Amino acid sequence: MSTTLIAEQLLNGLQFGLMLFLIAAGLTLVFGILDILNVAHGSLYMAGAYVAAQTMQVTDSFLAAVIVAAVVTGAVGLVLELVLIRRLVVRDHLAQVLGTFAIILIANDVVKMIWGPAPMMMSMPPALSGPVQLLPELLYPAYRLLIIAVGLAAALGLYLFVTRTRAGVLVRAGASNRQMATLMGVRVPLLFLGVFVLGAMLAALAGALLGPVTAIQTGMGEQILILVLVCIVIGGIGSIRGAFVGALLVGFVDTAGRAFLPALLKLFFSPAVASSVGPTLAALSIYILMAVVLVFRPSGLFPARG
Amino acid sequence: MRLMRQLLVMAALLPGLAFAQAPIKVGIANDLSGPFAALGAEARDGFNLAIKQLGGKLGGKPAEFLQTDMGGNPDQARQLVNRYIQRDKIDFFTGPIGSNVALAVGPVLFAAKIPYLSNNPGPSQFAGAQCNDYWFGVSYQNDAFHEAAGKVAADRGYKKMVIMAPDYPAGKDALNGFKRGFKNAVGQEIYTKLGQIDYAAELAQLRDAKPDAVYIFLPGGMGINFIKQFVSAGLNQSIKLVGPGFSADEDVIRAVGEPMLGMFNTAQWAHDLDNQQNKKFVEAFRKEYKNRTPSVYAAQAYDVIMAIDAAVKATDGKVSDRAAVLVALKKADFASVRGPFKYGANNFPIQPYYVRVIEKAPDGQITNKLVGKVFESYQDVYVGECKK
Repeated sequence: MSTTLIAEQLLNGLQFGLMLFLIAAGLTLVFGILDILNVAHGSLYMAGAYVAAQTMQVTDSFLAAVIVAAVVTGAVGLVLELVLIRRLVVRDHLAQVLGTFAIILIANDVVKMIWGPAPMMMSMPPALSGPVQLLPELLYPAYRLLIIAVGLAAALGLYLFVTRTRAGVLVRAGASNRQMATLMGVRVPLLFLGVFVLGAMLAALAGALLGPVTAIQTGMGEQILILVLVCIVIGGIGSIRGAFVGALLVGFVDTAGRAFLPALLKLFFSPAVASSVGPTLAALSIYILMAVVLVFRPSGLFPARG
Repeated sequence: MRLMRQLLVMAALLPGLAFAQAPIKVGIANDLSGPFAALGAEARDGFNLAIKQLGGKLGGKPAEFLQTDMGGNPDQARQLVNRYIQRDKIDFFTGPIGSNVALAVGPVLFAAKIPYLSNNPGPSQFAGAQCNDYWFGVSYQNDAFHEAAGKVAADRGYKKMVIMAPDYPAGKDALNGFKRGFKNAVGQEIYTKLGQIDYAAELAQLRDAKPDAVYIFLPGGMGINFIKQFVSAGLNQSIKLVGPGFSADEDVIRAVGEPMLGMFNTAQWAHDLDNQQNKKFVEAFRKEYKNRTPSVYAAQAYDVIMAIDAAVKATDGKVSDRAAVLVALKKADFASVRGPFKYGANNFPIQPYYVRVIEKAPDGQITNKLVGKVFESYQDVYVGECKK
């Protein structure tokens, strides 16, 4: 196994992790502040991808697609918060999961009504559609480098927002003690609304960025939501830093599992055993990681509270 | 006076009772939501076009087509089939896209003596040990596309192959089918996760292995994900892409676009297959559905309705005589869009398979183009296990 292959797989892990982080950030933020598990977060991601694909087909501009997707999905998030989430915040977790699960079902059918059941096309910006020569032997898709750049920028932006701005202070105050924050004069409902819309826009950003490399179809939100949940459970629910570390861990472990495990097993077992056990073990690797983390840190690596 | 009036009414109604034949009922279990929604919608359009062309009749007799969505869910499909059998008393059944659904509802239908004409799945179980007189695999046997693809790869002189499928039963069958057709040793087999989104790790392995071609059986969204990422990694410049027809049909092309260009794929039908019935079908389909090119799912669904129509005609509408219906169905005496074919002992078709390549048509549309025949008359390998 050459060093370039290992380098490429490391980049792949980073890219996959950052992609998961974009979605996990919104989900964990909403959970941290509102104390509500929004399982419909994946549907916002789907909405972002569809709106981006539609905009791209009409305007032929990738930048316009990303902006329109973020704005439209943000508006959808605004309506969702005012109509439903606001009422669910005061209910228990079961009601919250049921209520937001209903949104998944509705969202999938609404998408099918507007765009039909067939997957949708979103072409890549032509300038980024080919590979780039990083090292003499290492070609890497330009578009994946863009995902890495945007993911890192979003992570840095969120970090600065939460730690360096007044709004960030209010967000942290609201997250650690809602009642106290209210008593100190923080307008918590407005804060919640802002955070929810921000989460929706981040999900849409992820959807728009991933549109050109994945299938845009109904149900794409649930598929990715499972992985994202693993990330935030590992990182500690509610913590942005936790979501970042958790997403990168999942990205690296999953990629390494798929890339190296089958070959590694071949050193110790017969090819038949290795080829049947390898893929299964690789698929399980992130869940094993989650189990191990939870054994030693039951509330994740960076718990938001306490 | 009152008695007189009642008698008159009865007299007026009697002819109706005597002559109005109960309509022939076809139960269609559609796949309009769930994992096969896009393919199910294609099939529905094929059914509806055939029904429209027949004027809503079968063999010239009044008919009723019951269409219900069961969302690709075997449990829901089983409930629907029970309702079709017990309440609606259907005479024919068709519709599901997935093999798992076909396997779930098949035995129920066979026990109730209702012919099941498959518009898509052809599970090996029904071709071998569990074969049944009431089953007609109008479309194909599941292994056929993969075996044909293996032969295409061998014929084109690809020495080093990487073959890829999701880690689940149909994925293993697919790769075994491919190897049977390829005959030589393949370079590497990669099993991926079901529903995988990111293929970067596999693509890096491909770049490292430098094969002549890669064969993928990645149904639905997985294939779309893979092909988009395969092309953006620049691998399409050095590695040829081969797949079964389902991974490269019009529905996938519409979702992926340019990156599909140059992909080889195999099927028993192509929209530019040269025969009279097919030309009529493709033209009518485009006219009916906003100039859309039909996929293999639409063509198969269309064929199923035409097969039922021919059987009803041959039995003069006496569909309650099941033995006669089975004999008529088995003759496959209808104008199929894939040209004439006949059934083997297990009621699976013995038919030619073709290789298609995705190209840009002169009008700028990206579509499949028929480039050659892989098998003259292929019969599945399971027919020997069928003891009826």
